[in-house]
Amino acid sequence: MDLATLLPFVVNVIVGGLVLGFVYAIIALGYTMVYGVLQLINFAHSEVFVTGAVVGFEVFRVLAPNPINGYLKLLIALVAAMIVSGLLNVLIERLAYRPLRNAPKLVPLITAIGVSLILQDVLRIIEGFQGRFDLTYTLPQGFSGRFCAAQSSCAGLGNALRTIGIDLQLKDVILIAVSLLSLAVLNYLVNRTRLGKAIRAVAQDRVTAGLMGIDANRMISATFLIGGALGGISGVLFGMKFGTVNAYSGFDPGIIAFTAAVLGGIGSIPGAVLGGLVLGVIQNLIGVTNVFGGLLGVANLESIDASYQRIGAFIVLVLILIFKPTGLLGKSNVEKV
Amino acid sequence: MTAVNPGAPRRAQSAPDRTFLLVLIFLVTSALLLVSHNGDLLENLGGLGAVLRNPIVEAVIVSLFLANVLFAYLWRAAAWAKALVGLGSLLLVLPWAGQEDTSLLDLSIQIMIFAALALGLNIVVGLAGLLDLGYVAFFAVGAYTWGIFASPRFAEILRYYGENPGGTNALTLALGLFLTAITAASMIYIRRLQRSARPTRASSWSFGLASFGLVAGLLLTGRALLVLNASRAAGLGAGIDPSFFWLFLALSVLSAAVVGVLIGLPVLRLKGDYLAIITLGLGEVIRVLANNLDLYSAGSQGITPIGSASVPWFDRLAGTLGFQPDQYYLLFLYVLVLVLVAVILLVNVRLDRSRIGRAWIAIRDDEVAAQAMGVPLVQTKLIAFATGASFAGAMGMIFAAKQTFVSPESFNIFQSIGVLSMVILGGMGSFPGVILGAAVVTLLNLRILPGLGEATANLGIPQQVNPGQLQRLIFGVILVTMMLLRPEGLLPNKRRALELHHDDNQEDDSAQGTGPALTAGGGDVFSPGYATEQEDEHAGTTGRGTP
Repeated sequence: MDLATLLPFVVNVIVGGLVLGFVYAIIALGYTMVYGVLQLINFAHSEVFVTGAVVGFEVFRVLAPNPINGYLKLLIALVAAMIVSGLLNVLIERLAYRPLRNAPKLVPLITAIGVSLILQDVLRIIEGFQGRFDLTYTLPQGFSGRFCAAQSSCAGLGNALRTIGIDLQLKDVILIAVSLLSLAVLNYLVNRTRLGKAIRAVAQDRVTAGLMGIDANRMISATFLIGGALGGISGVLFGMKFGTVNAYSGFDPGIIAFTAAVLGGIGSIPGAVLGGLVLGVIQNLIGVTNVFGGLLGVANLESIDASYQRIGAFIVLVLILIFKPTGLLGKSNVEKV
Repeated sequence: MTAVNPGAPRRAQSAPDRTFLLVLIFLVTSALLLVSHNGDLLENLGGLGAVLRNPIVEAVIVSLFLANVLFAYLWRAAAWAKALVGLGSLLLVLPWAGQEDTSLLDLSIQIMIFAALALGLNIVVGLAGLLDLGYVAFFAVGAYTWGIFASPRFAEILRYYGENPGGTNALTLALGLFLTAITAASMIYIRRLQRSARPTRASSWSFGLASFGLVAGLLLTGRALLVLNASRAAGLGAGIDPSFFWLFLALSVLSAAVVGVLIGLPVLRLKGDYLAIITLGLGEVIRVLANNLDLYSAGSQGITPIGSASVPWFDRLAGTLGFQPDQYYLLFLYVLVLVLVAVILLVNVRLDRSRIGRAWIAIRDDEVAAQAMGVPLVQTKLIAFATGASFAGAMGMIFAAKQTFVSPESFNIFQSIGVLSMVILGGMGSFPGVILGAAVVTLLNLRILPGLGEATANLGIPQQVNPGQLQRLIFGVILVTMMLLRPEGLLPNKRRALELHHDDNQEDDSAQGTGPALTAGGGDVFSPGYATEQEDEHAGTTGRGTP
C-alpha cells in the first residue's frame, strides 16, 4: 500500500472511529450525569441502554412492513426508546438507589451490579418468549447504503466528502447527526434552563441546594430521566451501527463508555464526549494495526487484532490518568480538611 | 453515640448455653449428609432414598451441614463441643461423605478457594478501602503460573524456542544475567541515594531507565534459558516433575504479589472510582493477554491436563482410609486448601491487629488525616494490594490443580464481581463474615440454583423462566434486597455496623454522600485496636453469641 492510498484509508479509519466514538460518547453521558450528581458508578446503565436498543429493534420490526418514511420510523424508534429507558432509569433510582442515599459508596455500587444482572435476565426472558435472542435490526430502506449514492440529491456535501476520500454509509451520517442534535439539546438543557441550573446546584452541594428551595430528590430523578433517555438514544444508534444486539451485549460498550467518561474527567459533560471520541478513534486504529504493521514490516504488529482494542483503550486511560489524575477535562478538587 | 461508648455495660441478658443443641444438630446433619451421599444405602431406602437424592434436598442438606460450623462459631457452647463440631465436620465427616461423592469434596474446595479469595479482597476493599474490580487477575496469574509448567504446554514452549533460537547461546545468557545484576544493583544504589538526599529529576529518570534495563535483562535471561533447555522438551511431555509443586506454590504467591505491585504502583495514586475502573481494565488486560498469547496460554481453548502435587505418604494414607486412587489428589487438595485457609485467616487476624492493619483502617476512614499522621500512603496501599494478590495467587494454583484445566473464561470480570459481592454480602472488614459470604454465594451458584433448575425441569415451566436459567436474576435480586435490608452484611464487623447505623442522628454530614466517612473520623471514640480486640474475643472459644 503506498502513500496515495494510505492517506484516504487512515482518514476513513479515523472517521469511522469518530462515528463509533459518538455512540460511546452518548452512552458515556448517561454515566457521567449520574456520577456527577450521585458519585455513583451506575453499572445498570449498560442495561438501560440495551433496553433502548431492544425497544428500537421492536419499533423497527413492527414498522418494517409499513410504507412510511424511514426517517419517521427512526424518529418513532428514538422517542420510544428514550421514553422507556428514561422511565426505567427513574424506576431503578427510586427502588434501588434512593433508599441507600446515605450508605457508604460501595453499597449502592453493589446494588447497581445486582440491578444490571436482573435487567439482563429480564430482557432475555422477554425476548426469549418470542423465541429471539440475537436481535437483528431491520433498518428502513436505504439506511445501509452509501451516503449520497444518488448524485443529484446532495451533490455538494457528498462530492466534497468523496474528493477527500471519505466513504460513509447513510446510517453513519444519521448517527452523527442524531448525536450532535442530542448533544446540543442536552447542552441547552443543562446550561440554559432552570432545570439544568437546579441539577448543577444539586450536583455541587445537595444540602445547600436544598436550603435554596431545590427539591434534591426531584432533581436526581430528573437527572436519571435525562441519562436514561440518552441511554435510549445511544441504544438505538448502537443497534443501527452494529446490526445485532442481545440481552448481554451491554457490558462491553458499557465498560468502554465508562472508561470514556473517566478519561474525559468523570462528571464533566464535554469530557464524556471528548473521551468517547478519543476512545472510538483509538479503538478503530488498533483494529487496523495489522495494516500498519505490514507497512512498517513489523511482524509482531500484524498479530494484534481486534481483541486488543479494549486493552488499548485501558492503556490509554492508565497513561492519561497517571499524568492527569482527574481526566482530560476534569477539574482537580482541592481536599478540605 | 451512647452505643459506641466502650465503657458502657454490655447487654444484660447473655445468650443461653447451646452445647446440647449444637451437638445434636451436628450429629443429625452429619448422619443426613453421610446417608444422602451413599449410593448403596439410598438404593435400599426406596422412597426415602428418592427424596434424599432430589437435588434441592441434597443442596439443603449440604447447606445445613455447613451451617454447623457457623453455629459452632456463633453460639455460646462448651469449648469441647465447638472444637468437636468444627474439626469433626471439616476433617472427618466431609472427607468421609466425599469418599462416596467426589463432587462434595470438589464443592468444599471451591468454597474454601473463594473464602481465601474473599479474605484477600477483604484486605484490599474492607480494610484499606481500595475498590478493586480486577482482583481475579491475580487469581489468573497463580493459575497460569502452575498451569503452564505442570502441563504439556511447557514442552510446547521449549519446542518453539528450540525451533526459533534466534542466535541465542551461552553468551546471551551471560549478558542477560549481567544486565539484570547491573540494573538491579544500580536501582538499589539510586534508592539509597534518594533516601539520604532529596530525589532529583535526574535520579528518578535514571531509576526509571534502570528498571527498564532490569525488565530487558530478565526477558533476555528467560529467553536464553528457554532456548538452552529446548532439547529437554521431549522428556517433559506431561509437564515438570510434580514434586516442584511446593516451589511453585511459593512462586505463584510471589508472582501474584509482584503483579499486584506492578499494577498497584501506577494506579494507587488514583482514588475511588478512578481506581475501580483502572483495576477493572487491568484485570481485563490480563484476561485478554491470556486469551491471545497462544504460545504460552493456549489461547481460548485453555491448558489441560494440569498435574497436581505428588505426595506418596499422603496417597498411602488416603489408600488405607479407603479412598480410590483417582480421589487422592482431591483429598490432598482439600487438606491443603484447608490448611492454607487457616494460615490466611491467621495472617489476616495478625495483620489486622498490627501496625499496618491500623494504617489500612486509617487510610480507609480518612486518607488525608492518615497522611497527616505520618502513614506513608502509597507504601501502605501497595502492601494491601500485594497481600491480597498473594492469597489469590496461591488459590489460583490450587484452582488450576483441582480443575486440571485453566482457560481465560474462568477469570472474567464476573468472577471479580462475584468475589466482591461475597465480601460485601458477608460483611466488609469482618473475617468470619467474608468466609460466610463466600460459602453462601458459592453454594448458591454451584448447588442451590442448579438444583432448583434440575428439580423443576419436569414441571412444564417454559424453558426461558426455568430457575436453572435464572441464575443472574436470582443472584441480582439477592444482592439488591440484601443491600437494601442489611447493608452491613450477614456477619458485620462491629465497628463498621456502627458507622452504618449511627448516621441516623447525624443528618447534616450524612446528607452529602461523604457523610459516613467524615463522621467516622470525627466523633468516634472507638479505636481500631479496640475494635479488632473485641472481634477476636468474639471468635474465641468462649464466644459471646452476639452476632
